[in-house]
Amino acid sequence: MSETNRELEPLSDPGLPEHIHRKTDVDPLAAKKAERQVSILFTLSALGTILFVYAYVWIPEDTLIFLPLFNVTNAHQLFLGLGLAMALFFIGMGAVHWAKTLMPDHEVVDYRKEQRSKDEDRAAFVATVKDGASQAGLGRRPLIKRSLGLALGLVGLSPILLLRDLGPLPENDLNETNWKAGTRLVTDPGDRPIRPSDLEVGGVAQVQPEFPAGKVRHLDDIAQDSVLLIRIRPEEFNLDAERLSWTYEGIIAFSKICSHMGCAVALYEQTTKHLLCPCHQSTFDVTRAAKVIFGPAARPLPQLAITVDNEGYLVAKAPFNEAVGPSFWGRDSQ
Amino acid sequence: MSARERVAGGTASFIDERTGAAKWMKKTLTKVFPDHWSFMLGEIVMYSFVILLLSGTFLTFWFDPSMREVEYEGSYEPLNGIKMSAAYASALHISFDVRGGLLMRQIHHWAALIFMAAMVVHMMRVFFTGAFRKPRELNWIIGVALLTLGIVEGFLGYSLPDDLLSGTGIRIAEAIIQAIPVVGSYLSYFIFGGAFPGEMFIQRIYAVHILLIPGIMLALITAHLMLVWYQKHTQYPGPGRTEKNVVGYPLMPVYMAKAGGFFFIVFGVTAFLGAVAQINPIWIYGPYNPGQIGAGSQPDWYMGWLDGLVRAAPPIETHAFGITISWNILIPGLIIPGIIFTLMAFYPFIEQWMTGDKREHHVLDRPRNNPNRTAIGAMSLTFTLVSLINGGNDLLATHFDLSINQIMWFSRIGLIALPPLAFVITKRICLSLQRADREKVLHGRETGRLVMLPHGEFIEVHEPLSPEKAYVLTAHEQLPALEIGEADANGVANPQGFKGKLRARMSKASQEQISKPTSKEMLELEEGHH
Amino acid sequence: MGKSVNKFFGFISRYRRHRFAGPLMLLSGLLFAGVGYTVAQAATEEVQVVLSSDKASLISEGKEIFARGCSSCHGLNAEGAGAAPSLIGVGAASVDFQVATGRMPMADMSQQAARKEPVYDERETAALAAYVASLAPGPAAITNEELFWERDGNTAEGGELFRTNCAMCHNLAGQGGALTQGKYAPTVMGVEPKHIYEAMVTGPQAMPVFANSVLTHEEKLSVIKWIKFVETEPSLGGAALGRVGPVTEGAVAFILGLGILIGIAVWLTTKAR
Repeated sequence: MSETNRELEPLSDPGLPEHIHRKTDVDPLAAKKAERQVSILFTLSALGTILFVYAYVWIPEDTLIFLPLFNVTNAHQLFLGLGLAMALFFIGMGAVHWAKTLMPDHEVVDYRKEQRSKDEDRAAFVATVKDGASQAGLGRRPLIKRSLGLALGLVGLSPILLLRDLGPLPENDLNETNWKAGTRLVTDPGDRPIRPSDLEVGGVAQVQPEFPAGKVRHLDDIAQDSVLLIRIRPEEFNLDAERLSWTYEGIIAFSKICSHMGCAVALYEQTTKHLLCPCHQSTFDVTRAAKVIFGPAARPLPQLAITVDNEGYLVAKAPFNEAVGPSFWGRDSQ
Repeated sequence: MSARERVAGGTASFIDERTGAAKWMKKTLTKVFPDHWSFMLGEIVMYSFVILLLSGTFLTFWFDPSMREVEYEGSYEPLNGIKMSAAYASALHISFDVRGGLLMRQIHHWAALIFMAAMVVHMMRVFFTGAFRKPRELNWIIGVALLTLGIVEGFLGYSLPDDLLSGTGIRIAEAIIQAIPVVGSYLSYFIFGGAFPGEMFIQRIYAVHILLIPGIMLALITAHLMLVWYQKHTQYPGPGRTEKNVVGYPLMPVYMAKAGGFFFIVFGVTAFLGAVAQINPIWIYGPYNPGQIGAGSQPDWYMGWLDGLVRAAPPIETHAFGITISWNILIPGLIIPGIIFTLMAFYPFIEQWMTGDKREHHVLDRPRNNPNRTAIGAMSLTFTLVSLINGGNDLLATHFDLSINQIMWFSRIGLIALPPLAFVITKRICLSLQRADREKVLHGRETGRLVMLPHGEFIEVHEPLSPEKAYVLTAHEQLPALEIGEADANGVANPQGFKGKLRARMSKASQEQISKPTSKEMLELEEGHH
Repeated sequence: MGKSVNKFFGFISRYRRHRFAGPLMLLSGLLFAGVGYTVAQAATEEVQVVLSSDKASLISEGKEIFARGCSSCHGLNAEGAGAAPSLIGVGAASVDFQVATGRMPMADMSQQAARKEPVYDERETAALAAYVASLAPGPAAITNEELFWERDGNTAEGGELFRTNCAMCHNLAGQGGALTQGKYAPTVMGVEPKHIYEAMVTGPQAMPVFANSVLTHEEKLSVIKWIKFVETEPSLGGAALGRVGPVTEGAVAFILGLGILIGIAVWLTTKAR
């Protein structure tokens, strides 16, 4: 459909259209009406400010009001905001209406220059730069150029050194949690130790490692220690012998921190035995040691080996066998 | 001279004595700006930025960016006695104990959403009308930079209150940082001052959010506006409008009143939203705890496409030699956005390379007159829309009785299949519109009135277009495709490599047009018609 | 008489082409259909059977209702069949929850039973519960009066517990959330306290079981208290927009915020007449 047709010229430009006068240009009554309208708009703005001040000073902060669509809401905040909105909005509306109806609306034509400078100016610029450069003499004095480069480069890069104390080096931090062999599993919140009989088949428990008295649990610890305890019927497991030995009478423990991007994976579907992470919908199969069956997660959730201690409470048999949480370069994931 | 004139004259000479500003001011006050509603989108962005600065400054007077753990003792009963960071507690204090605090928080957040929304729509207007062509490519690049900074600024901003919803977003950001090969975990520990979440993050992003990024944005916005000022605004094709002029209204008084008034209108509408619509109710979300999460957690809309891409990614990681590379995070989180934004930034030059058109352009394109560019724009919008939909897939599932697994598969396939489809459909629509324009110019407008001729034939009466309208429909240029042949003008062999052949093909595709009616055709029509 | 009839029909004839005639006819047609349907439905409602309150007869009446309404899926002896699980050992609590919230009998064999208008009234539900409880020991049903959640619950603690144990499925504001394959966790708003309690105890369908040893009785009461607080809490910042977060907020910013502003921009740039 495209042709290299030499006669592709636009129709001739008819020029700026005739100016059409507005009602307010020809009829003084209309102009007066427009003036009245503008002043009403500005007055509405003033009323808005009054409402704003009234709401701030005289409507108590805890006053509630019922309005259709809003249900019950806070009257102080609502009228404060409406007052402010009115005050601002009508100034604008007044100004615009004034411009539209009363200010001159003749279209004006301005002319463009070509953006680029004239050739003589460009040549003069190039000559000036060349002149200045030769006066600096960098070209003739390579020693200055190189040593200047060295100095600038060094001083430019060195402040990066000051950023070193932004934080500690990770070292082996990402591979370790507070779970050690013999650490008791306690409820979150509540810090109560758990017996196997406390958990029913089809039940879950949010769990943290027991902290010795005096040690405070911080968010940093929760971010790596959180564990989900799930109980299913032992015959429903589909695990190899080693992983099966990490469970206890149908109770299995997984790190709650998603192996994808670290959200808390706690959505347990009792009927399908699937764990769903609500962030990116990674789905893990509990019966197969949290194997990923859907979604962007690439690794199963780390499983915590559990058993009972001599008082009958659930304890960790060993620390996690791999790093919990999202992947990182130095993570040994094999 | 009236008193008013004397005061004005006195002030003017005071300033002129010291700056010599009279000549420049005279030129400025008579500067001409074309008038079209689509040119006001950039103004909405600019005014929202001012609103953000004003409301944000107010909030800084009470906000405490510390992650120090405190026990809440304020007026919101369901959180009494709960341990939380001082940042979250101060955000609650602003919401419940500072009069106008909740209003300002809401105005600030609504202004941010409108800021980003208007920025995207403004960018679309600039793109579809070709306003980024020479000499405005630099301005386009500044715009893309502003978009990127805006997204980061918004993300950091809503993460400041340290609530459960935004904290989850930070966890995800940390996972992206951690996944960077070789230096990821070091970067993460440096940024967070240790293990996640640490105690340093909020105060660090506070400095970035209130000082660094606004400062850079202010500088970029100034450069952006100065370029518009100096290069003069573009205008739509129309009677009396050429490449060499600007038709519109002068700054004083019309534009000052309209643009100044519009600032108050934008502020008023934002304040209205802040008054009547609840946004980011952090007291319901609770303080951030890495062991907790809520169903239907999403970032703000301008990050939603990123979340959607991450959700749709296939579960690919490389596990070898004791290292892990998370392609499932790097590709959707860093690589694809990086490629998209780079292509976006350099698009003006890509288009120049495709079409070979290096001239200045000050008259805008009607989108249908550049089907290739419009189709490319539609393609990228489709991609963004599908990823946005996927970002909210769990909410869509809950509210429309769908399955998240099905939406996920729709998005995975849709992200790849729908954009090319959108390209083809949009291009064809543009070409049809061009055909319709051509018919209109040649045969006039269909009036819908049927007339029976004496010999029994029914015809529809066509009204010829006014010269102004006909001009608008034919004012655009239709360049031929680049001649990149195997031999040059003198017959010397010039075999084209891959780049040359690609360029030739893209040029041909981008110049696919329905040719305008020529003057000859118009004359023929008038002579032999009616 | 004839004259007034004539007058009436004359009136209708004269105004049959009035511009309000059409809408008026539509409105009266709709009204007629609606009222007629309501009356007809009321007339076909079944007469309620009054049941005795004796325990043993309650069980036998429950067995009767079960045989009529539940055995086709759950088996003649509640042993379960196909997709319908066995009800032996689920206890009165499960029955009270499922039947009183209308989930059972299921409306259709879809991914999960949805809450709807209960089919059986209080008496019949109690009878069914008694029958199922008689099959094997299980969690007992509880009444609203027995739950002293206002007295014994702690709102703040309930919020913490909700966020740790419930929000991942039911959403931070209890609005409900998506599960896999089209299943969903329903909203917890507008649910009777006893049903919230029974759901936690029995773990209906995909919901896990929260035994009293893991989530104590007092903790459950706190959760209920928090839910009830949020349910009645006024949205302090204005219209709540569904309380689902950034997605609706973004939609409102685009459609309402930007929509209004663009509309005003169009008005601003059009010439005045």
